[in-house]
Amino acid sequence: MSHSNLSRRNFLGLAVGTAGAAALAACGTSGPSTASGSSKTAAGYWSLSGPPGQPIRQAAVDRFNKANPSTKITATFFQNDAYKQKIKTAIGAGQAPTMIWGWGGGGLKAYVDANQVVDLTDWFGQNAAVKQKLLPSSFGAATVNGKIYAIPIETVQPIVLFYNKKVFDAVGVQPPQSYGDILDLIPKFNAKGIAPFSLGGQSRWTNMMWLEFLLDRQAGPDAFNNVFAGKANAWSDPSVLEMLTKVQDLVKAKAFIKGFSSITADSNADQALLYTGKAAMMVHGSWSYGIQQANGGDFVKSGGLGWMNFPGIDGGKGDPTDTVGNPGQYLSISSKSSAADQAVAKKFFSTTLIDDAEKAGWVKSGGVPVLTDSASLFTGDDAQYLKDMSAIASGAKVFAQSWDQALSPTVAETLLDNIAKLFQLQVSPQQWVDSMNGVIGQ
Amino acid sequence: MTSLAPPAARGKPSTGAGGRSGVAWMALPALLMFLAFGLVPLIGVLALSFTTWDGIGAIHASGLTSWRAALSDPGLLHALWVTFEIMAISWLVQTPISILIGVFLAAFKKYRGFLAVLYFVPLLLSSAAISITFKALLDPNFGIGAGFGIGVLKQDWLGDPRLAIGVLIFVVSWQYIPFHTLIYQGAVRQIPVSMYEASQIDGAGRIRQFFSITLPQIKYTIITSSTLMVVGSLTFFDLIYVLTGGGPGDSTRTLALEMYQKGFMANLMGPASVIAVILVLVGLLLAQLLRRLGGRGDESMAEGV
Repeated sequence: MSHSNLSRRNFLGLAVGTAGAAALAACGTSGPSTASGSSKTAAGYWSLSGPPGQPIRQAAVDRFNKANPSTKITATFFQNDAYKQKIKTAIGAGQAPTMIWGWGGGGLKAYVDANQVVDLTDWFGQNAAVKQKLLPSSFGAATVNGKIYAIPIETVQPIVLFYNKKVFDAVGVQPPQSYGDILDLIPKFNAKGIAPFSLGGQSRWTNMMWLEFLLDRQAGPDAFNNVFAGKANAWSDPSVLEMLTKVQDLVKAKAFIKGFSSITADSNADQALLYTGKAAMMVHGSWSYGIQQANGGDFVKSGGLGWMNFPGIDGGKGDPTDTVGNPGQYLSISSKSSAADQAVAKKFFSTTLIDDAEKAGWVKSGGVPVLTDSASLFTGDDAQYLKDMSAIASGAKVFAQSWDQALSPTVAETLLDNIAKLFQLQVSPQQWVDSMNGVIGQ
Repeated sequence: MTSLAPPAARGKPSTGAGGRSGVAWMALPALLMFLAFGLVPLIGVLALSFTTWDGIGAIHASGLTSWRAALSDPGLLHALWVTFEIMAISWLVQTPISILIGVFLAAFKKYRGFLAVLYFVPLLLSSAAISITFKALLDPNFGIGAGFGIGVLKQDWLGDPRLAIGVLIFVVSWQYIPFHTLIYQGAVRQIPVSMYEASQIDGAGRIRQFFSITLPQIKYTIITSSTLMVVGSLTFFDLIYVLTGGGPGDSTRTLALEMYQKGFMANLMGPASVIAVILVLVGLLLAQLLRRLGGRGDESMAEGV
């Protein structure tokens, strides 16, 4: 028998198999940050994909690379929900990009606790000119234990109440002035077969914005501040129960579009519901404007989109000028990256990220930049929107950070999980409070 | 961790004693792959389950803390229940349909090749692509129901807990029935024609033939196919993650999703590893159970011929 033949073939198979395994292993370990094999320094930069942000981020990187031919930043973009997981895995595996994009707050604190990001306090001390160009209010979520670990970038994003003016005209009703008005509007829209509110409920943080506003308008910022501070049983505040009951009443009154729990925000289906007139209103982050503009045809241009700060609750203790949302986006430097890469990142921070082109780019996308003195750029079609967002952001007595960003990832996940069940009427307000009290301060 | 559960190893043992030691080394490539991508991660996960780790910082050994946390979580029991619910229903739906189509295709000679290819197409698509497509089709506001104005299709398919499970099982079946059909078709064609001829002489009708000859003859194929279905359903992740994300609420959150959520969203790698270990144990147990169900592995399928 040709035994030798057989064994050779199998040996080849074994070799191919091993090579395949090695190739697979290599795939797993080499992140985009180490992709460049040349002598040039390539600092990695991970961020979110999709309009309106991605082109502006890419433009900033291109600008920097053009101005600094000896160094290089490579940008990689991910979808929002996917990014949150990817960046954590990369950091945990010691494969973080040089620049870590994030929302500050509890997520940043987790990186700080694990010693994964560089303390920028001294750097900001030495580069006072950089700090002066950024809105002071945006530094709160970049600060952990009194030290700054990230540079605020991009835009201030309050969450606002958007509405479709055309739908309001067709039904013959006025935009709500108070929470009571909202409750009155719900049956009117439902009677016409239009959903009162669009909601991308599968993403869960979309539902959370309702809790944030209702609690603030009901009881002011103290109730959540106690939770944030990790005080025992802080969720047991009676105003929390009242807020949760209000949320479930809204669900029962069919305030949200049918099927909201299977709609994702990543696909922008919730936005589509508003600009196609299938829903009359939507509570969403200010970035929604850019999406409506990009995807909604002439909806925004023709004046179809209306917006306002979330109205107050009659008899509520909260200040109706308060807002909640993202006081900025944040860029940290991985402490595991090389000194050369860190220097590139810092140069990127102190030059490109605070230049006029950056400011103009974000304004053009319909966002209020975290950079100061941008009011003069608020011109053209978007001027009114930008002025209003800027007024909401700067006029707010309290600009609270979104809960899921402010709290630690562990608590945030329990929170989002319970919020989804609350909207599904799977848990009662009391059960919600009990299970949230169980993870306080974790 | 997803491909750990070994398929029921019931190949025909070789009767010729001579070849056995000579070819054992041929298993080496597979063994190496299994070691590198199966056993090593498994040991890692087992070790991690006795630690506390947020996935970012340092790993601290913490004894049974993670086990206690994971086992006292009501979410685990719920996830187990959902997993078994999906497993049982999808088995009940897939098996009879696969057998019937398989038998039909085995007899239907003319277009067999063409149909086999056609039926195989869903299996060639990635689960994620299938899920995204179905999610778009079933969208209550922009989906097929709204698009064609068909009232019956305008359900809250993925937002209602009962319907969501139904949709999951439908999509799983749509994807995997062709595969199992193919297995059954092959098995049915192995049955000697002489058996059918003999039964015909005895006056057996088609239905009698099916129950008295076809089904007993494909007994082991049923067990193989069931093992693949049952163990495979433990690892459904991409499909559920994209279609429902475990929702609405937690009504479609299976063990695999629970593990992912604990580990990668809540940063609790310890308890997530515990769930992973449980997942592996359940998979092994089920595979063993199904093996036992099939009787002794060395029985010949063609016995009594």
